[in-house]
Amino acid sequence: MSGLLTLRGISRSQLEELLDDAERHGKLIEGRDKGSSELRGATVTTAFFEPSTRTRLSFEKAAFHLGAHVMTFSPESSSLEKGESLRDTLLTLTALGTDLFVIRHKDVGVPSIAQRWTGLPVINGGDGRGEHPTQTLADALTLRKHFGALEGLKVGIVGDIANSRVARGHLWAFPTLGIDLTLIGPRTLLPTANPWGARIEVELDSVIEKVDVLYMLRVQRERGAGAGFPSIPAYVSRFGLTEARLARMQPSAVVLHPGPVNRGVEVCDAAVDGRRSLVLEQVANGIPVRMAVLAAAMRAE
Amino acid sequence: MIYVRGARVWGPAGLTETDVVIDSDRVAEIGARDVPAGARVIEASGAILGPGLVDLHVHLRDPGQTWKEDIASASMAAVAGGFTAIVAMPNTDPPMDNAKTVNAVMERAAALGLVDIVAAGALTMGREGLEMADLDSMYEAGVRLFTDDGDTVADSGLLRRIMTYLRDFPGAVVAEHAEEVTLSRGGHVNEGIVSASRGIVGLPAVAEEVVVARDLALADDTGARIHIQHVSTRRSVDLMREAKRRGLAVTCEVTPHHLALDESAVASLDPNFKMYPPLRTAADREALVEALEDGTVDAIATDHAPHTVAEKDVPFEEAPRGVIGLETAASVGWAILKGDADLFFERMSVSPARIAGLERHGQPVERGSVANLVLFDPSRSWLPSGFHSKSANSPFAGAELKGMVVATIHNGSVVYEGPTDE
Repeated sequence: MSGLLTLRGISRSQLEELLDDAERHGKLIEGRDKGSSELRGATVTTAFFEPSTRTRLSFEKAAFHLGAHVMTFSPESSSLEKGESLRDTLLTLTALGTDLFVIRHKDVGVPSIAQRWTGLPVINGGDGRGEHPTQTLADALTLRKHFGALEGLKVGIVGDIANSRVARGHLWAFPTLGIDLTLIGPRTLLPTANPWGARIEVELDSVIEKVDVLYMLRVQRERGAGAGFPSIPAYVSRFGLTEARLARMQPSAVVLHPGPVNRGVEVCDAAVDGRRSLVLEQVANGIPVRMAVLAAAMRAE
Repeated sequence: MIYVRGARVWGPAGLTETDVVIDSDRVAEIGARDVPAGARVIEASGAILGPGLVDLHVHLRDPGQTWKEDIASASMAAVAGGFTAIVAMPNTDPPMDNAKTVNAVMERAAALGLVDIVAAGALTMGREGLEMADLDSMYEAGVRLFTDDGDTVADSGLLRRIMTYLRDFPGAVVAEHAEEVTLSRGGHVNEGIVSASRGIVGLPAVAEEVVVARDLALADDTGARIHIQHVSTRRSVDLMREAKRRGLAVTCEVTPHHLALDESAVASLDPNFKMYPPLRTAADREALVEALEDGTVDAIATDHAPHTVAEKDVPFEEAPRGVIGLETAASVGWAILKGDADLFFERMSVSPARIAGLERHGQPVERGSVANLVLFDPSRSWLPSGFHSKSANSPFAGAELKGMVVATIHNGSVVYEGPTDE
């Protein structure tokens, strides 16, 4: 029983092995044969208790490429609506013949509890504000393919880092991979403690010319007393990747975004559509990464 | 009659190894003598005999949530923990905000007769924080501690009127759960290293501290006697120390878990480490221990809060707040106070009895004192499990504890005897 719950404590060699394996799987699906039979006969259940399109589809495509059966669980059409507990739901899906779970849930730690409850390997498809490990790995693969190596790469993550599961996964794994990480955002959106020792900047302008990569996080449009900044225009003026800022970036610098994008808010159109954008590569690289993770989990099993 | 032989007895002059005769509900004699005819003999060599422990903060869950705990199971847990008196929090269903509900609980507890259970009454009707509860009738029923525990009275004007009103009732104490919800809403662990590294919204220390500061200012203004429940931060105890230095009639309590554990314990996201206030930093914990030693903190109180295994076996953020504490408090308190019997009985019996106005409890053992007693063996080790409580949500489960309650005597009767030493 060894899924992928967290990137915390995963060593550099383990991470690099996963990325290498992802590249191998990437080559497998380039041709017309499209895939392998590593998971033939196995049933992968995607249990997403929170809305998702790209992550779920990406996992399901990855599972198909490996020859697995896929069961898709959707909470809106399930007995959860009738008050069934999370535990009972997962045990039911286990009894239906699941061999491996991919789970997304609004609460931190659900994948690890699910692994304890079901005894099956679980892959974390995003747990609350916790982590989104396969997004992190897809982003690492995207950068490694683009730049050739990750060592010394200067990456700035911009936005609501405190509440971002994507950023938290990056915070565990990117420094381990040799990436030089800077967190950029208003203090209200920065983590209240910094166990990673990451560099902190409170103005995008102070790093815009130095970074190799800007990783733009989606702005939560939460309004009122809970918001971490006074208004969207105020946010954009300090942290938006505008055309003016785009022009000041290093010639070779690139832009990533985990999606879905708020065009005109954290990024301008040119940042998403222009030559610096690796946004669609991120999506594409998600599939071989998830193949590698699924295959590793079943091998361990 | 009971004859306790060879215990180290905690009396007005500290510990003395001697024998004690208990007759009816009193300590009849102190000193070795012939065992009176018909007396039951308790061999207590190596153990300490002192006043029964008093817990200012227990959630009985009765009425309303008796699948978690009830008066009978809480009574058993209390006596197994060496307590002879406990104060029941009013966040029951229905809440204890009137004499009728209060009397019903106290009468049922008295009928069992294991432990004195006194009710704390709600400060506001329905604990809703909107208007005064029926304070007069509850006072008449014997209530001395009033609190909306679980919730802070957010309306400062209402709290000030309550504090002023209760000044006319001798011995009445306004106790507060200090939590400013606009600062704590959505939080599940201390705001700090665990919240940041796990991505769980934090409960900042300042959510407690702003209420402590406000309440101390209101106490100063009104002259009310106030008690701050389960303080958990360095700045809270600094505020308390300063208020006491200025002579305010203020007291506070701290829980065994806040004294023994810090936020690192919750990194595993085990819901048995989830409570309010949350486990804080190591520096906070050290400040609490220091404040307990120097008297800034008056009492150890458990905040015994039972929840069933099923209720706790859920994602951390969904899990209810609270841990049980009655059965482990003596061991944890003894260890934290490094076996200082004077401090141990002061903080776990004498002071809490005084705060709650319990005259039959918290008396040093001497001729004529009420026989509400605990026999505690500091040398015995044990593994907390198989709790008398209906719930088992203990942060100390499975960890060996040193120091064990071997007997509890309530009104002159042995109400609990621990397992014998093999």
